[in-house]
Amino acid sequence: MSSSTKAATQSSWYKRNEIAVTPWLFLLPGVAMFLLYVIFPIFQSINVSFYEWDGLGEAEWVGLGNYEELYWDDAFYVSLRNNLIWLVLYLLAIPAGLFIALFLNQTVSGIRLYKSLFFFPFVISQVVVGLVFTWFYDPTFGLLNQFLGVFGINPINVLGDERYVTYGIIAAGIWPQTAYCMILYLTGLNAVDPEQIEAARLDGAKGWRMLWHIIIPQLKPATFIAFVVTIIGALRSFDLISIMTNGGPFGESRVLSFYMFEVALSEYGFRMGYGASIAVVLFLIMLCFIAYFLYSMYQDDKGGR
Amino acid sequence: MFPTPIEKSSRSWQLTYQALLPAALVLWLLPLIAVAVFSIKPDSDFTTGNYWGLPTSFEFVENYGKVFFASDMPRYLLNSVLITVPTMLGCVVLSSMTGFALGVYKFRSNLWIFFMFVAGNFVPFQILMVPVRDLTLDMGLYNTKAGLVFFHIAFQTGFCTLFMRNFIRALPFDLIEVARVEGVAEWRIFWYVVLPLMKPALAAMAVLIFTFIWNDFFWAIVLTQGAESQPVTAGITSFNAQYRAAYHLMSAGSIVAALPPVAMFFLMQKHFIAGLTLGAVK
Amino acid sequence: MFQKSKTVMASLAATVALTTSVMAAGHAKLEGDLVIFSDMSNPAPRAVMEGMVERFGALHPDLNIELTVIDREAYKTQIRNFLTANTPDVANWYAANRMKPYVDAGLFEDISDVWAEPELADLASTKGAMTLDGKQWGVPYTYYQWGVYYRADIYNELGLNEPATFEEMKSNCQAILDSGRKCYTIGTKFLWTAGGWFDYLNMRTNGYDYHAKLTGGEIAWTDDGVKATFANWRELIDMGAFIDNHTAYSWQESLPFIVSGDAAAILKGNFAVPPLREAGLDDSKLDFYQFPAITDGVALAEDAPTDTFHIPSGAKNKDAAKAFLKFVVSAENQTLINNGDNLGQLPVNAKSSVDDDKFLKEGFEMLSSNSPGGVAQFFDRDAPAEMAKVAMEGFQEFMVKPDNLDKILARLDRAAKRIYK
Repeated sequence: MSSSTKAATQSSWYKRNEIAVTPWLFLLPGVAMFLLYVIFPIFQSINVSFYEWDGLGEAEWVGLGNYEELYWDDAFYVSLRNNLIWLVLYLLAIPAGLFIALFLNQTVSGIRLYKSLFFFPFVISQVVVGLVFTWFYDPTFGLLNQFLGVFGINPINVLGDERYVTYGIIAAGIWPQTAYCMILYLTGLNAVDPEQIEAARLDGAKGWRMLWHIIIPQLKPATFIAFVVTIIGALRSFDLISIMTNGGPFGESRVLSFYMFEVALSEYGFRMGYGASIAVVLFLIMLCFIAYFLYSMYQDDKGGR
Repeated sequence: MFPTPIEKSSRSWQLTYQALLPAALVLWLLPLIAVAVFSIKPDSDFTTGNYWGLPTSFEFVENYGKVFFASDMPRYLLNSVLITVPTMLGCVVLSSMTGFALGVYKFRSNLWIFFMFVAGNFVPFQILMVPVRDLTLDMGLYNTKAGLVFFHIAFQTGFCTLFMRNFIRALPFDLIEVARVEGVAEWRIFWYVVLPLMKPALAAMAVLIFTFIWNDFFWAIVLTQGAESQPVTAGITSFNAQYRAAYHLMSAGSIVAALPPVAMFFLMQKHFIAGLTLGAVK
Repeated sequence: MFQKSKTVMASLAATVALTTSVMAAGHAKLEGDLVIFSDMSNPAPRAVMEGMVERFGALHPDLNIELTVIDREAYKTQIRNFLTANTPDVANWYAANRMKPYVDAGLFEDISDVWAEPELADLASTKGAMTLDGKQWGVPYTYYQWGVYYRADIYNELGLNEPATFEEMKSNCQAILDSGRKCYTIGTKFLWTAGGWFDYLNMRTNGYDYHAKLTGGEIAWTDDGVKATFANWRELIDMGAFIDNHTAYSWQESLPFIVSGDAAAILKGNFAVPPLREAGLDDSKLDFYQFPAITDGVALAEDAPTDTFHIPSGAKNKDAAKAFLKFVVSAENQTLINNGDNLGQLPVNAKSSVDDDKFLKEGFEMLSSNSPGGVAQFFDRDAPAEMAKVAMEGFQEFMVKPDNLDKILARLDRAAKRIYK
């Protein structure tokens, strides 16, 4: 008797609060996993960055010691500089993607296949892209230098020369990234309002003016996403560097993400605290962008439903 | 349509365009074409310096045979499948639930939880590296496929939630209202009303996740090692060490490693592009 | 000939004794899993490793052996990881200081008991390299000489002789350069190859003891002796002795230059011989000389790195692991795996025979009789790993931009102060 009343009140409590409780039940597994693997580790990393720790023994509190060492560390500044170069140059993928999208936005026969094939590089793993470009740049037989040789230019040791190496790797990274931006813009172009174009044509706008004043403003959502994914891609650059140069020559192609890995998890490293402090710096850079993205999305959300 | 459709332009520009297309494509894919050609060349072409000429003989079977029968590549490929597919399924399950919760219900912390997912998704991997490695070690999952799968599911849930929530928001809300008025339980609304409508989004997301996870390299080298658990992206470096400077075999290996996501893309092209470009049009 | 067959007989006898004692030591048949992580990823070593597993497996049919071969360069970054996390029962590594961090961290098993057994007395010559804190932490399986491998046909064509002094080395080099070739090929992408050049130049300029003190952190990198070494190195660099673009190549990728004759020589360990032979350089075209003297009165010293097997302290099947280690160092196995068809290196067991191969014989002779100064392991095994990394990066930078020397040395000095504290 009593147990059945209890069950009844329970189910009716659930019934009464169903709409309030259900979302939490649905969120529970996802949020728990995400907290465990993503959110908590961020704070743990920040905490570790105040310790000196080899990953095995006792961690020793050093306060801001790791950050102080970063301040004196040449390799850190090289990495930071390269990160900035990556950020700036990677953005070139956006106009390049737009350009190719405009080139391909036609309805001739077979164009679908062309679009797919142009998109191809994005689907391939960065590891393979890195290998391919390493051979492309090879100073003895690489296609690049064979090509330069036709014009009588001496071979350039792109990946072995500290002046070119970062740019060489970025070029390899821009290749798939451009494909990504292209597909974003192709979709965006599909949705451009044809009436506006016609109206503008009647007003005599064409070519660049049309592109700049009519088309690009309508592509704003695509541009925003392209910007977001490109920035993230630039700051995540790790695979290509690891495959193509391993950070060399003499550490000149390192970026923060690679340097952090090297310090924390390589034979020469296992300085978890120092690595964490590098990661924190990288995180802070990213945080500026994250804040901006979230702000934009928030504005968007207020406008929407 | 912009730019001006080609049919409306001069005949000569039409012809130029038709010629330009394949030329541009070849130029664009040149590095890949080179690798494809490399992969069917005989060894002797490289010792004699015939890098970029036509292959002197066609060694497709020989080279790819080595990849499949004289190396650990098949194991790495299998590992990749065993890591990618469970991750895909896990993400679909978790994010259809979180997406449903955040997309359908209005509660105060809704937006904050949503932003947590989005922000977490943008975080650099390196800030997670040390703690996630420790966590995986503590759970005894280091150097197992399961360890990688759990992390990938958790991390990708951020992206997938963003994806699903936006998709569900665009669904007609009336359907849910009607079901509620009829007294249908909330979980049944999820299962019978919303989930069927989410199918295209789930397909798109699954294809995307497949590609992301298949191509992951960083976490593969942080959380696994050796042929028993490493996916093919990490395995390819071992393969290349085995055949260093044997460009024909390295090329063949790379192509084998790259092929599954490419196949996935061509098979599921519509879903793939729909997934990638979600939000690119408003 | 008689001598040789006698050693073979002796080694056979020793093997029989060994196998029986292994059986006895294990008390019972070996069972369970034996997980081996190996860095022998180049084709020849890989085949050797797989062959050893096969033969050991045949001796112990109930043992399930799992071999994982990891890329040799990647292995260096992974070892720390798997020693702490997913420990195998047997793992490859290197002797001397290179194993110190893992010994200090308690990650390698003390196997002094194995060394105490009589059959390991034949390994006496390498015992020192395996000893830290008076205990032994692993067994060697091979070692090899370093030196200059050169194209004999090119030297003949130009009328050059093997140099005995630095002056001759330079004048030879000038003649080679004048003939439109480079003197030395090298690939510094993975840094350590430059460490070989530094080892030899420094040991010839300042002697073995000085070199040992430098790698041990007792001499500052800004010391005048170090600067003298770099000055000698710079002479070669300024001549244009090394191939261009070496920063882009691994050592394997630098071999085609000597094969094609675009470079006349390479400073390398004996492991370079199999791939060079494979590429078509037979013994009439390829020859070897000891790195010439630089400073008068400095005793010649050599690099002879020892590659090793260890039992991680987290190993699960230590009995089987110890049996495997004893199998590896047995005279018969040593003769087999180090012969010219396999590793083409020197056996660590005194009862094994050195293969009848001109490079091995020459190397063995050089190390036993013409290296009075001492035998070093190799730069990245003698110096602590972190120091080695920073220093070798500096060597690479120096080879490209010799003008940066002062900056580089200051950087190394700063790093040394932190690392050796």
